[in-house]
Amino acid sequence: MRAYFTFFKIRFINGLQYRAAAYAGIATQFAWGFMTILMFRAFYKSSPENFPMTFEKLTTYIWLQQSFLALFMAWFFDNEIFDSISNGNVAYELCRPTGLYEMWFVRSLSSRVYRVVLRCAPILIVAAFLPLPYGISLPIDAATFLLFMLSMTLGSFLMVSINMTIYASTFYTMSPMGIRILFVSLAELFSGAIIPLPFLPDKVHRAFNLLPFASTQSTPFLIYNGYLSGESIRYALLLQIAWLFAFVLFGKLLFRNALKRVVVQGG
Amino acid sequence: MKLWFKYAGIILRSQMQYKTSFILTAIGQFLVSFSAFMGIYFMFMRFNTVEGFNFSEVLICFAVMLTSFSLAECFFRGFDTFGGIISNGEFDRIMVRPRNEMLQVLGSKIEFTRIGRFLQAIIVLSYAIPKSDIIWTADKIITLCLMIIGGTFLFAGLFIIYAGICFFTIEGLEFMNIFTDGGKEFGKYPLSIYGEGILKFFTFAIPLALIQYYPLLYLLGRTDNTLYMILPVFGILFLLPSYILWRFGVRHYKSTGS
Repeated sequence: MRAYFTFFKIRFINGLQYRAAAYAGIATQFAWGFMTILMFRAFYKSSPENFPMTFEKLTTYIWLQQSFLALFMAWFFDNEIFDSISNGNVAYELCRPTGLYEMWFVRSLSSRVYRVVLRCAPILIVAAFLPLPYGISLPIDAATFLLFMLSMTLGSFLMVSINMTIYASTFYTMSPMGIRILFVSLAELFSGAIIPLPFLPDKVHRAFNLLPFASTQSTPFLIYNGYLSGESIRYALLLQIAWLFAFVLFGKLLFRNALKRVVVQGG
Repeated sequence: MKLWFKYAGIILRSQMQYKTSFILTAIGQFLVSFSAFMGIYFMFMRFNTVEGFNFSEVLICFAVMLTSFSLAECFFRGFDTFGGIISNGEFDRIMVRPRNEMLQVLGSKIEFTRIGRFLQAIIVLSYAIPKSDIIWTADKIITLCLMIIGGTFLFAGLFIIYAGICFFTIEGLEFMNIFTDGGKEFGKYPLSIYGEGILKFFTFAIPLALIQYYPLLYLLGRTDNTLYMILPVFGILFLLPSYILWRFGVRHYKSTGS
């Protein structure tokens, strides 16, 4: 356990070096969030009665999405992991007295977390000072905030564990490109990255909710902005835990199976 | 021009060596823009109109932007990786060759896989055109073509500016993405929906509205002003300032020395 924690810390401190890139990223994300809000405002002006949530809840959702983008962006993969599988460097990793799955899990998680640590605070602070209804509002009470933190932790773990199955597939196919791009395009739609899931037609929304992608970013953000409450929070959290277990188990199986027949491609 | 076709031929042949990967990437490109399309579709299932535009009208807008962006990306993608060309010293090699530098950068990368996205745009366009109430007279067809051509050159101009800035910063500026990818993303809807200020910005600073919002008004018969029809030509003129910036960058080029 301590080894993994240290490994997390190493990657994390390493990542914090890239501050300039983060500042440029903040400006882009801020502009992006702003344009998205303006787009929804246009729809809101056309027919406010069709809006599934209040406008403040929507802007809160969007700013959360921009601040924590790095935790949940589906297209973010560690190319070094793909390379090490296809060029055989994975052999070195296998020499270490640690589990390969756990190692890469920690590594993927930490490279997401350091990006968020660098970026989220400035976006959240500026968004908090924007006049309502354009800014981010506070959660209803402290309990909601704690549930949001719990759900976000589960969600980001789930995101990484879904990523791990994509990494694992490279052991079988050698070229990750096809499955990767397919996964990204579906995940973006299913997870509510393109439009928040409550904006979908009710039946589609209910169906998408059951998929693992909804448990990544949609659930925590909807808990924070108060769209989910009471019983439905408990249900959503249980679903997150179930999917997390399923994906970790599936990923570990894939890894174990792959490593049994791993062929290291030359030196 | 002949040289460019030679470059294109070589790249096409090299990409065709990995046929499966090529096809899968093209399909992926198709799917990526498909989920963007689904986003619009679901929004219009809930809201019937946005600022006076209905689904098929927005689709025309979306298809025009997608077509121009995919064309520009296919042929001008070389500029997108320009930061890499500068920082690894590749540009020194380009400079010593007795050919135009721009042509060589263009020839360094041509993304034929964007055909997937292009295909998607064509499908959406052929769905939206009969569905809209536009009576397709010659001037409307010309307007549509001008929009696509103007859009392609406008995005090309943006890619060139992106590359031109690299001369000074060595690295690509992530912020430019808001104009290139952002332009594609937010250009799905007529730019007027974002409000007066944003529309002004995209008219005078980055002339995206000239190839999108104004000619669209003419296309939909909301205005008879023929000026709106030829506005996309200014999208082509946008190449001029970007070319100047590029020349300026080349003259100030200092090798990174690696």
